[in-house]
Amino acid sequence: MMLAMAIGVGSVVTLTSLGEAARRYVAAEFASLGTHLLIVMPGRTETTGAGPAMFVGDTPRDLTLEDALALARIPSVSRIAPLVMGAAPVSVGARQREVPVLGSTSELLDLRHWRMAQGSFLPPGDPQSARGVAVIGPKVREELFGPRSALGEWIRVGDRRFRVTGVLATAGRSIGLDVEELVILPVATAQELLNTPSLLRILVEVRSRDALPAAQREVRRVLTERHQGEEDVTVISQDAVLATFDRVLRTLTYTLAGVAGVSLAVAGILIMNVMLVAVAQRTPEIGLLKALGAPSSQVLRSFLTEAALLSSAGAVAGLVVGFGGNALIGRLYPALPLGAPAWAVVAAFGTAIATGLVFGALPARRAAHLDPVQALSRR
Amino acid sequence: MIVLRAITRDFVVGDQVVHALRDVDLEIGRGEHVSIMGPSGSGKSTLLNILGLLDRPTSGAYLLDGEDVTALDDTEQARARREKIGFVFQFFHLVPYLTAAENVELPLVLGGVAPAERRVRVDESLAAVGLTNRAHHRPEQLSGGQRQRVAIARATITSPTVLLADEPTGNLDRRSGGDVVAILEGLRARGITLVVVTHDPEIGERAERRIRMVDGRVAADVRGTPA
Repeated sequence: MMLAMAIGVGSVVTLTSLGEAARRYVAAEFASLGTHLLIVMPGRTETTGAGPAMFVGDTPRDLTLEDALALARIPSVSRIAPLVMGAAPVSVGARQREVPVLGSTSELLDLRHWRMAQGSFLPPGDPQSARGVAVIGPKVREELFGPRSALGEWIRVGDRRFRVTGVLATAGRSIGLDVEELVILPVATAQELLNTPSLLRILVEVRSRDALPAAQREVRRVLTERHQGEEDVTVISQDAVLATFDRVLRTLTYTLAGVAGVSLAVAGILIMNVMLVAVAQRTPEIGLLKALGAPSSQVLRSFLTEAALLSSAGAVAGLVVGFGGNALIGRLYPALPLGAPAWAVVAAFGTAIATGLVFGALPARRAAHLDPVQALSRR
Repeated sequence: MIVLRAITRDFVVGDQVVHALRDVDLEIGRGEHVSIMGPSGSGKSTLLNILGLLDRPTSGAYLLDGEDVTALDDTEQARARREKIGFVFQFFHLVPYLTAAENVELPLVLGGVAPAERRVRVDESLAAVGLTNRAHHRPEQLSGGQRQRVAIARATITSPTVLLADEPTGNLDRRSGGDVVAILEGLRARGITLVVVTHDPEIGERAERRIRMVDGRVAADVRGTPA
């Protein structure tokens, strides 16, 4: 019975830790993307969310490079980076791979908090002029160049040749893009190569958090104007995306806690059964105590105390199991920021004691109401 | 000091009503030695249980030392049971996992007496029944007679005014039984009122007042010189 309580408490601790860890992990990932960021996508979406734009209503207009440059002129905007994406074969000599190809500007490096392992990123300058330079990801470098240095070398992307100006450093998993396999070209060149007149996204960095709402409105206004009065773009802030994720994961955590709570309830029922049996077995003893002058209230209190003590002991064991489980998982998956949230520990302990008291109440009452004469006559 | 007026006790067994006690009137004075005898089912054990506040009468009044104890609530009755009444059972009813000394001190523990005082009184009580050297033995290590003596020590530890015994020798051999009866009667020197329920006439005749019960009523109430 104490084992059940221990499992119940332990699972509450571990499961809520996992939920919290997932939440914190996602929040940290988002933080690495910057919190002053607006993301502009073509097409209206009815919901805000980090998914591909869903087309509702008329066919939207293309998001053009000129649109992006217009946004850069908004006072509260500090920087913008246009984004196009596709896939193309990349080759060096005889070695060839199909890789995701990104087209953007020099600002992208900072906006995405990426780092260079070697060389430099796309050069600043007029985004509308096509240039023959490329930045490649570390895996691409390894596969195409082997042990050689890639800087200054030529690679072929599609049917064009580009000079490698830099290699990206590994950035770990990032929401959406994995830098390992990327090839980044200047946006105008990429547009020609991939034959996409429309931008996939425009990343807009706002000067400060406070300016975010105003900037969001301004961006929408500018684009609507440029698109002949049609508001066919979606502007979302990282904040909103993060908030959604946060909400979802919080709900997940609470649900997990609820599931674990069910096991606590099971433990409670076990306690009740065990104590009912105990009362039945100790009936002559209870009868004797009453015959010796113990009032029913004292009998009730002592059985409730017993139930509470048993659940406390089980709860403490459960906390040990829970924290032990956390340590174990932490070993296996060091990337997860595991730590049992304080509210879960308190809730688990409190629920354990409460369960013990609630489910111990029935047996305790039964003990207290035993008739001494009948209790004693039972052998 | 014990007054029973029109005491009736009915039990519902299945769909029948059993009249264990019918309209019993009884008065017992301080220091008396009373035996209650009668055939099986005559209600003598029920009467003793009511005297010991282990059972409530269906109707009637029970006055102990002038106080109407039937009207008391559960906590107050428990206290009266603890302080004024001592009960000795046929089957001893000792707690098997406690030592003799711990069994004797139980009523004091329930009464909230401090450990130091408890120890002193327990030693005295055990000495009075001649079991000082068995104080730390468990019931399973004691003979029947010794167990009953422990029970008597427990029953008298709170210095009650009434000692009730329900077939105290029923489970003992003759010799142990004799020892126990001797101890019980020795207690009368302390002024304790002794009420013994028994079906053994030899024990019953030792009392100076003999009550005979038949069918839930007092059939005879004889005072005379004890045998």
